Amino acid sequence: MSEHRHGDGPEHDQPHDNHFTDMEARVKALESLLTEKGLIDPAAIDAIVETYETKVGPRNGARVVARAWADASFAEWLRRDATAAIASLGFTGRQGEHMRAVFNTPETHNLVVCTLCSCYPWAVLGLPPVWYKAPPYRSRVVIDPRGVLAEFGLDLPADKKVRVWDSTAELRYLVVPERPDGTEGFSEEALADLVTRDSMIGTGLALSPEAVR
Amino acid sequence: MSACKASSPLLASAGLPRAADGEPVFAEPWQATAFAMTVRLHDQGLFSWETWAEALSAELHKPGRKADGSDYYDCWVAALSELLTRLSVASGPELEALTRSWQRAAEATPHGKPIVIENDPLRRG
Repeated sequence: MSEHRHGDGPEHDQPHDNHFTDMEARVKALESLLTEKGLIDPAAIDAIVETYETKVGPRNGARVVARAWADASFAEWLRRDATAAIASLGFTGRQGEHMRAVFNTPETHNLVVCTLCSCYPWAVLGLPPVWYKAPPYRSRVVIDPRGVLAEFGLDLPADKKVRVWDSTAELRYLVVPERPDGTEGFSEEALADLVTRDSMIGTGLALSPEAVR
Repeated sequence: MSACKASSPLLASAGLPRAADGEPVFAEPWQATAFAMTVRLHDQGLFSWETWAEALSAELHKPGRKADGSDYYDCWVAALSELLTRLSVASGPELEALTRSWQRAAEATPHGKPIVIENDPLRRG
């Protein structure tokens, strides 16, 4: 399989030749074969990469959450039919997946995982962080959610319930964190700045207004 | 659970490029390409997302996976290759030959020049 080079390898002493790792060459092979067959074109591939890397990202999700905080009827719609409510803001999933919004309350904290593989609401959160895809997170969140949350620096009160939601290819979850105190009268833009990606996965909370000053 | 020490193993991601919000996204460009090709093929209706999720899941659950998930996109590429073989878009030997050809082309390309498959000496011969 693929060779993973480590830090101080001798490659810096070989300035002249090019080299593809097995994985690089294999992806090149797939790309050239699919291009030749007319199934993909490189420009479209670049455009998709760029979209997920820079344009989509967690800011879409933050806007959904901010709207829900600011607008009770949107929040109600989001609770009832998250797929439609989120689509109304222009964010739709490429895989035709359904969305469900789970709301944090003073009594309950929600946490999202995918134990099957690593389904993730790309349309609202961009590409998943590496830890979300790592087996330790996926296996341990179900067994010991509080322990995992503590590793993220999130210590919840003992009487707060933790609900873990397991994503599937068809259904992805978006956590709506609790609105921070001291944000009365904030615009939706200002509210969105408080919504971190982790708070929408459930491994963090929304920021306090002081934290973003 | 040896990979999970008391510190924050889940947050360890040394040497990875960062997205706008400071989090690692793709470790290497080929991962982004593999991801995008899959999205594109699905867009074009070559397979359903469910079919893809099953193919990826099968790879991810094979024994011998790395505990830190660093081979996630290796599994992704394996799943895509397997699926394309199953759909008769490509054959295993064909992909294998093309992979080797790209490797020879890379070795034969002077540093600083774009790597094109025509640089493979065996292809030209």
